[in-house]
Amino acid sequence: MPFIPNTEADRQAMLSEIGIGSVEALFDDIPAGKRFPKLDLPKGISEMEVLREIGAMAAKNATASNFAWFLGAGAYNHYIPALVPALASRGEFMTSYTPYQPEVSQGSLQAIFEYQSMAAELFGMDVVNASHYDGATALAEAVILAWRSAPGRKRVLVPEALHPEYKEVIRTYLKAFDLKVDEWTGSASRAASGVDARTCAFVVQWPDFRGELHDLAGVADTVHAAGALFLVHVDPILTGIWKSPGSYGADVVTAEGQSLGNAMNFGGPFLGMMGVTTKLVRKLPGRIAGEAKDHEGRRGFVLTLTAREQHIRREKAVSNICSNQGLVMLQTCIYLAAMGRNGMRKVAELCWHKAHYAASLIGRLPGFQVANGTFFKEFTVKTPVPAAGIVEKLERLGIVPGLALSRYEAKRDRELLVCVTEMNTREQIELLARSLQEAAK
Amino acid sequence: MNLIPEPLVYELSSPGRVGVAMPDCDVPGTPIPAVFARPELKLPEIDELTAVRHFTRLSQKNFSIDTQFYPLGSCTMKYNPKVNEAAASFPGWLHTHPLVGDGYSQGALELMWKLQRVLAEIGGFQAVSLQPAAGAHGELSGVFMIRACQIARGQSGRTRILIPDSAHGTNPASCAMAGMEAVTIPSAPDGGVDLDALKAVLDDSVAGIMLTNPNTLGLFERNIEKIAAMVHEAGGLVYGDGANLNALAGILKPGSVGIDVMHYNLHKTFSTPHGGGGPGVGIVAAGSTLKDYLPGPIVAEKDGTYSFVRPSASIGRMKLFNGNFGVLVRAYTYIRMLGAEGLRRMAENAVLNANYLRVLVEKTWKLKYPRICMHEFVAMGDVAPGVRTLDVAKRLIDCGFHPPTIYFPLIVPEALMIEPTETESKETLDAFAATLATIAREAVEHPELLAQAPHVTPIGRLDEVAAARCPVLCYRG
Repeated sequence: MPFIPNTEADRQAMLSEIGIGSVEALFDDIPAGKRFPKLDLPKGISEMEVLREIGAMAAKNATASNFAWFLGAGAYNHYIPALVPALASRGEFMTSYTPYQPEVSQGSLQAIFEYQSMAAELFGMDVVNASHYDGATALAEAVILAWRSAPGRKRVLVPEALHPEYKEVIRTYLKAFDLKVDEWTGSASRAASGVDARTCAFVVQWPDFRGELHDLAGVADTVHAAGALFLVHVDPILTGIWKSPGSYGADVVTAEGQSLGNAMNFGGPFLGMMGVTTKLVRKLPGRIAGEAKDHEGRRGFVLTLTAREQHIRREKAVSNICSNQGLVMLQTCIYLAAMGRNGMRKVAELCWHKAHYAASLIGRLPGFQVANGTFFKEFTVKTPVPAAGIVEKLERLGIVPGLALSRYEAKRDRELLVCVTEMNTREQIELLARSLQEAAK
Repeated sequence: MNLIPEPLVYELSSPGRVGVAMPDCDVPGTPIPAVFARPELKLPEIDELTAVRHFTRLSQKNFSIDTQFYPLGSCTMKYNPKVNEAAASFPGWLHTHPLVGDGYSQGALELMWKLQRVLAEIGGFQAVSLQPAAGAHGELSGVFMIRACQIARGQSGRTRILIPDSAHGTNPASCAMAGMEAVTIPSAPDGGVDLDALKAVLDDSVAGIMLTNPNTLGLFERNIEKIAAMVHEAGGLVYGDGANLNALAGILKPGSVGIDVMHYNLHKTFSTPHGGGGPGVGIVAAGSTLKDYLPGPIVAEKDGTYSFVRPSASIGRMKLFNGNFGVLVRAYTYIRMLGAEGLRRMAENAVLNANYLRVLVEKTWKLKYPRICMHEFVAMGDVAPGVRTLDVAKRLIDCGFHPPTIYFPLIVPEALMIEPTETESKETLDAFAATLATIAREAVEHPELLAQAPHVTPIGRLDEVAAARCPVLCYRG
């Protein structure tokens, strides 16, 4: 049997040490009539065969390497430097458990601390935790954090233009607590005045699902004056060139960290990021690494503030989260360290310039119009014919032009969400514009 | 183990160094509005080799399955086959997008559908959702499902969930996250659920029970069918925590003994790496009562074509897109290689290894329940006066072993929870038992060796109280 070292001789020796006659006798506690059922599974195969079989399945999928790729909408095609997977896949990182024994986990713990430090800098926040399952569950838990900070306030204001799947996850999470989720439209600064004494959180997605990058000036003051918390869900690549959410007075910042060194992987594993101000740190869910000293005064790192967590507080914990996205966080840590100050600026600039070049070409096409005011790497294009049809035509030409918004909202059938990153060449962008024009004829 | 202090990445930084060269911009530029432009970005500046050495050296400060025996109870630290990584690294998985449309992702949907089927078959359930990202996430999904079903039955007053006192902390925490009240029920002297105590709390406020079976003492709950019947009779539903499925796959289908909904940890039983904390997957499987409430979408098949569908009474979406897809590929690879026979051998050898080690350890250490166990057992660390489990754990580190889970389950004082898994050889188990025997002797003859352990690690025991009192959670230059 693969992966089992015991030989028949080993088994006999072990059984005799235990003092029983057969392996079956170990299972006497299990209801006799239900014991050893037949499992209707295909017969096991070798490593060589399994790779052939799984490789054949993988080959049926369209990939960003085989198409000119302009589809984002929450999962982004960014460059992953070669050292990121090479280092993160080291067995000492990959096959270790949560670092509960700090003396033999300093590698993981120091990496968490470094990640927390770099992510806090991107967000302009004081503290970042060691990860959530993804951006959507991070945002849902951020909303719960806001409500728990003011339990009498049972209303949450989220943007109408929040990613539809984020909305769904928030709704699933909040159903239990009877919180009312209302949606705001228009500009963030005007919408913030809708925060009232019943509202615990005002949420901005930055940029929003359709690419609009709201001006956050003044929003925090309005939200805070009404006694609520200001939550910003940010594209972390944007922070390479843009003022941080923290500098606009956000209390909680969440993000999807997939963009930072992690493959799209059909939607997971991704990286939920969350940062807060010092004031909220004892309400922050998830694991946190902190600096500590041993008896000789040597610096080390340890999981800290654990009185927030389920293994200590059980039903009184701030969250039930236990396993997180540790290895994805490590990839992001390595990515941020290697890209550094210069690389992060450069990637954000490339996204900005290329997206704006694409928008300028597409906006000039007859019948097409760019719907955004300010945007970063993603923008909505109003199309003269249904966008789903355009997507279908272009895919046949080897171009994935973006997301037809009718996928989530039938009435937006003439809107296409286009994403341009550092991965798109000028040739691809110009091909996209030409092909859009052709497809609309 | 690398004992040399490693600077923080910030301390290796020097202005102007570049780790990754990015291409020049090949399109005409657009000015970034000055009012929004970020004035400063305080990230490290290091070259590539410095980055490679830094993270390689950090990795050498970890114990891991690849380097050490890691008998962490309840965590199933079995070998993570390298083929899993190869299978998950095909470009057709890595660079495909969750919204590209069913027509362009048939391979991914096919894998998900096949995995749903084999997982349902292994557990004896009717349907599976692959969405939950971790065990606790699966628990939360399951409790949401129980709640939704009770409301649909007109039983919205059922807001209490019963949880044995031996359960993981995530069980009560998940109930609280689902807006339910966790009610602790005591264990009987044999380590199972106390049936009288259960009977006493079963009223019309009870939505269900959460059971880990085998429980965290490593014992199979012999009254499982009776408990399920009592809870069902009282109008409740039964949640199975599959943390310990490694003892049961191919041995018993939990769906056949009254479990209505259960999560499985693919990162335990099905060999995907723990990654220093994650990512895991906590799929949820359900029988006829709850299958329509599963988180969605899930994958359906018709005439060889796969598509996403939403269960009719779905609790909704628990996570973005398609769960931790890359982990699903690894788990499917493992199950496909083992087949039915391999899964049964896996569980048999996990239980055999645990019992063999139990018998060896019992020669020098007190056990909480000195009888046949399942995949793990609980010893007690107070082997000599004044010696604590923590000291034993730290001394094991000196001897090259990762410590077992300590101080859990909470109902066993000075607990050492030991789970060897099936992928360890008899030689490793012998060596570990011999080391524990040596430590038991040291505890009497040289207790200072334990009290001051570990001795051969990059750092000694950290002052965790001081760290929590004045937290330093970020590099501050």
